This record gives sequence, structure tokens and C-alpha cells, in this order.
Amino acid sequence: MSRRYDSRTTIFSPEGRLYQVEYAMEAIGNAGAAVGILAKDGVILAGEKRITSKLLQTSKSTEKMYKVDDHVACAVAGIMADANILINTARVQAQRYTFAYQEPIPVEQLVQSLCDTKQGYTQFGGLRPFGVSFLFAGWDKNYGFQLCMSDPSGNYGGWKAAGIGANNPVAQTMLRQEYKDDMTKEEAAELALKVISKSMETTAISPEKLELAELFLLPSGEVKYQVYSPESLSKLLEKLNLAQPVAEVS
Amino acid sequence: MECVFGLVGDGFTLIAGDTSAVQSIVVQKTSEDKIMILDSHKLLGASGESGDRVQFTEYIQKNVHLYQFRNGIPLSTAATANFTRGELATALRKNPYSVNLLLAGFDKDVGPSLYYIDYIATLHKVDKVAFGYGAYFALSMMDRYYHKGMSVEEAIEFADKCILEIRSRLIVAPPNFVIKIVDKDGAREYGWRKTIEDASEPPAAELLPAVEVQS
Repeated sequence: MSRRYDSRTTIFSPEGRLYQVEYAMEAIGNAGAAVGILAKDGVILAGEKRITSKLLQTSKSTEKMYKVDDHVACAVAGIMADANILINTARVQAQRYTFAYQEPIPVEQLVQSLCDTKQGYTQFGGLRPFGVSFLFAGWDKNYGFQLCMSDPSGNYGGWKAAGIGANNPVAQTMLRQEYKDDMTKEEAAELALKVISKSMETTAISPEKLELAELFLLPSGEVKYQVYSPESLSKLLEKLNLAQPVAEVS
Repeated sequence: MECVFGLVGDGFTLIAGDTSAVQSIVVQKTSEDKIMILDSHKLLGASGESGDRVQFTEYIQKNVHLYQFRNGIPLSTAATANFTRGELATALRKNPYSVNLLLAGFDKDVGPSLYYIDYIATLHKVDKVAFGYGAYFALSMMDRYYHKGMSVEEAIEFADKCILEIRSRLIVAPPNFVIKIVDKDGAREYGWRKTIEDASEPPAAELLPAVEVQS
């Protein structure tokens, strides 16, 4: 019965659901997790890097975090091929805005323009929706630090702490319990690592399997996006007793 | 002929402009307000081809409003100036608008500012500026009397000096001027400087020379 409705993205089922959009969200539930936490002096993004094969050359740069503009970065969960398209449009939108106004684009406007694109694929026929959720971390002069989450339906919202990808209910529950208002970005980074380590399937946690990035203001007022180096990440993991001694040497 | 000038004072920006609508050698009207209140904290003074002037300033005003409705935050003065310049630059290679603009605004973070934008899409942030034939005199007055951090009273007195100079030295001087101000409390009209009044209705019948009506 549902076959008649779930093969087309733009048609409601009799229960009033859009199956393709729900399947897209399902696809994200299988992807590597990512969490974001809003602190009083910055925003933290953490992501799980899945190593699919020992032979795979892990990229030197980040594979889940992307800088969109000088003041905005995002973490991705879902189909990376789809995400690359959306990140490209986000970068173009950010530069277009700067070209028109000679000012950085407000964070919400950037997220909104991207979500408009996502929404289009749930309404106009023939194509599948983007199988991607984003966590956007950004700063703008009107609203300061912001954390936004978006899903394949084109919905978005501002959050104090959020998780996407595999085991995100676990992450959300933990964040709800442990998030405190006016955390510093250092405290937020520790919480993010704790949460992401809980939502990862492996028990052995090492810096190669994680990405951690922060967005904050320099004393000059400039926005800085910084990815933790493997060294500082492993130091932090040790401090939190999350690092596991390497059990097997291959 | 047209005269628009502006200056930045202590916590405010002032724009003054003539109010004459001219066609060839005929003055059609002396109460044409050429300084638009763009939004709560912006003024846009314009001169140029009158059709273009009205069309373009309204276009900018509606875009600034649209931005505010869509995004819930106002466009800053600098962003508005760059947007306006961009629109003029795009139009320049298609069907250019012949308008020169002065954009004055007040932002919480940067305070008062003034931007000069001309019909060939030049953009400058300035402290004092003038254009039109009146500029020949207003600019000289500014070089002599303008200083940073003028109070509203000083600025008005200074604007009156400029208007007086234009009226006494320019052969085609416009009769009436309007002065507007923008500061932390918003954009508003400050006052008019009139030497003539537009007749609002024809003179009463008894004042007209008697005409014999033939039956």
C-alpha cells in the first residue's frame, strides 16, 4: 500500500507523511555522529570520524567539519556526497551576501538560505531530498554566538546543545542532563567529547576517530575557527580518562 | 539648480536639500522634498533626473524594508550604502539611473555616518559633502567653517550659512530648502528654509481684473 506514496517525494501518504523525507532522516541516523554546544564565549563542534577500512588514507584535514565563511562553520551527518553540494551553495550564498553588502552574512540568514534549498526537494517533483543534517556554529554582530541544526525536510532551529547522526537520542539525553548555561568553551569541549564518546560504537577512542573544533572571538574582535590538533585532542582525552590504551598493535 | 549637502556632527548627521522641481527654464514647484526617510534611522538625499530620482530612491527604500521584514533585523547604514552602490553599478552598464545620492544613517555600534554615492556608482564615506551647482559654494563654506564634533545648533547655523551663500552667489539659486537630521532617536525633518510659498489656490475673484462678460 505505502509503495504508492513512498516512491514519490512530493506526495503525502494517507497518514499525512512524506516517506522519502523520513527515509532521508533514517539515512542520517546511520551516519557518524556530531554534536554541537553553545558556550558563553564560543561554540564547540565535535564529530565522529568513522574509519571504514584500515587501508583508507584518512584525510589530513577535517572530513566532518567545514568552514563556510570566516564567521561560520558546520558539522555534517549524512551522505557526504549530498553534503558537499550543500556546503558549496552555502559558501556561494555567504560570498554573494558579502559582495552585495560588504558585511558578513548573519548566521540565521545563511542557514535559512540553505534550508530553502533543502525544502525545495521535498516539494518539487522527481528528485530525492538531501540526506544531510547540519550543525552550524557561527557568530554575528546582531545575535552573537549561535548554534543551528537543520534536517532534510528543510527545518532548522537554534539550539544550546544538539546532536545529529548515529545514536543522537543518546547524545540529546546526555546533553539535556549535563548542559549548563554559561559554560566556558573549555567546559563545553569536554562535555562534547564525553557525549560523542558515548554515542560512538567503538570503545577504544583515539584522536584519529574524532574531530573537535571551536569558534570563538579573538581579543581583536575577529572571529576565529580552530580545529583541535591530534596532540591537543589526545591530551584532552587523557585528561577526561576517555583515551584507551592501544590494545592491539597491527 | 539642484543643491544637496550633508555633514556629520556629534552624534548626528544632517542633510539639507533644495526643494525645486524644474523643467527646462520653468520652476514647476518649490515644495518637492528630495530627502527620503529610508527607514527609522536612515535618510537618503537625492538629486538628478526627477523620474529616475523618485524611481530609484523608492526602489532602494522598498528593498531596505523587504530586508527588514525577511530577516527581522535592520540593514546597517554601511550595508545599505554598498547595496545601493551595487544596484547603481549594475544599472550603469544597462540603463543607468542619473541620480546622485547622500545616505545618512545612525547605527548603535558605529554611530552617525554619511555616504556619498553618485550616478556612476562611486561610493565614499565622508564627513561633509555637497553636490549640484550649490556645491561650488557649499564646499567652500565647509572648507572654511566645518569642524568635527559640531553640535546640532552649530550644524544648523552652518547649514543656514551655506544656504545664504548659495542664495546670494548662485544665479540659478533655488528658493526653498529642507533640512533633515538623523541621530540615535531616529530620522526626522528639522525644518524648512523658505523664501517663497507655492500658491495653493487661485487668487480670489475680486482680485482679478474685471472682464466683461458678453452674452
